[in-house]
Amino acid sequence: MKIVIIKYNAGNIRSVQIALERQGITPVISDDPEVIHAADKIIFPGVGEASSAMAYLTERSLDSVIADARQPFLGICLGMQLMCSHSEENDTTCLGIFEENVRKFSTSDNSIKIPQIGWNSITNLKSSLFEGINENSYCYFVHSYFASIGKHTIAQTHYCGEYSASLHKNNFYGVQFHPEKSADVGASIINNFLKIPS
Amino acid sequence: MLTKRIIPCLDIKDGRTVKGTNFVDLRDAGDPVELAALYADQGADELVFLDITATNEKRKTLAQLVDRIAHRINIPFTVGGGIASVEDVRILLDSGADKISVNTAAFKNPELITSLASSFGSQCVVLAIDTKKHADNQWYVYLNGGRVATESICEHWAAKGVSLGAGEILLTSMDHDGTKKGFATEITAAVSQTVNVPVIASGGGGIPEHFAEIFDNGADAALAASIFHFKEVMIPELKSFLKSRQISVR
Repeated sequence: MKIVIIKYNAGNIRSVQIALERQGITPVISDDPEVIHAADKIIFPGVGEASSAMAYLTERSLDSVIADARQPFLGICLGMQLMCSHSEENDTTCLGIFEENVRKFSTSDNSIKIPQIGWNSITNLKSSLFEGINENSYCYFVHSYFASIGKHTIAQTHYCGEYSASLHKNNFYGVQFHPEKSADVGASIINNFLKIPS
Repeated sequence: MLTKRIIPCLDIKDGRTVKGTNFVDLRDAGDPVELAALYADQGADELVFLDITATNEKRKTLAQLVDRIAHRINIPFTVGGGIASVEDVRILLDSGADKISVNTAAFKNPELITSLASSFGSQCVVLAIDTKKHADNQWYVYLNGGRVATESICEHWAAKGVSLGAGEILLTSMDHDGTKKGFATEITAAVSQTVNVPVIASGGGGIPEHFAEIFDNGADAALAASIFHFKEVMIPELKSFLKSRQISVR
């Protein structure tokens, strides 16, 4: 099975690569449209800022490569947010795969820290991505922006309100948390993704 | 619901885990990779590795250790110790670290924080502050592993660090470190109220009650070393205790 991690200017690609290596898989890291097109599965990680990431993707025509993907496709954290319609982060038009908008956490409660950093529980789990995962399992989140809940939501969580922990449409999946850093729960979710038929 | 985090800290010297009392009298507490895997299995929420002998010639060894750790554990970890440049950080992140912590170099060159945040994002920049209370009842910042005093007030430096781009504060009270008599509730609460990023309390945790106390005083995470290394407090029992106190833990 050929797993391609999309290489772009938003960090933590190495963490995702190592997480796959822990499971005995050697992924290919590439920004070459042909290599991505030939993959069995595509992972789109990301930690960083939305507008510079979108500019980078557009410059290299990776935006259309992603939108045209037919393989099982998993966006992680910023990757998932970039798959939405729009991000409030520097007013960025995103890929538009999930018809959801990404907004910044806002609260008048000064004791609520932004970004959210740490382990939060995921609920209302749907789709094969969460097969065998218990309701209220904990996953590791690090983010200041969130996607609202809508028709594509397959898991949700709570921080300054309820929001989407995971989105799914056709072959496209997105997770706001970091499965590569979410202990055994995260490893199971990655495994579930790898089992989705290409 | 977001949980409070329990973070074992592994001080690394020459590839081995050590932990001193009040920053001196180092004792060997085992192989860092094995210890890290053990803590991850026991339910540690994150790990911190501080390389207390980080020098240029040792940096390559540290990167190799970080790579071994990353291939072994599946929870987030922070690496600190002697980090002074964007290039230092790039090597550690490329080796598999999730976050890095900066201390003395950031104090001497605050623009380092901004450079790191813009290169890698605030989420991976932890500002470590060692602090000590003086006779005037103010907490002051110390550098070089606690050996060098400054005239900076802890809360002021924390606020400045966050405004420059630090995404978390790792706050160590030198007065409490190694005592096992409880965390520094006063300064932890003050820093937590001053900054709008998570605060990791460090120094003084000796029994589960101390962890409950510091979480009630605004800490988002609590870090300890020797009590875990010498099995005086076991993470599963600590978490059960915190749950019984209605503190949200994983």
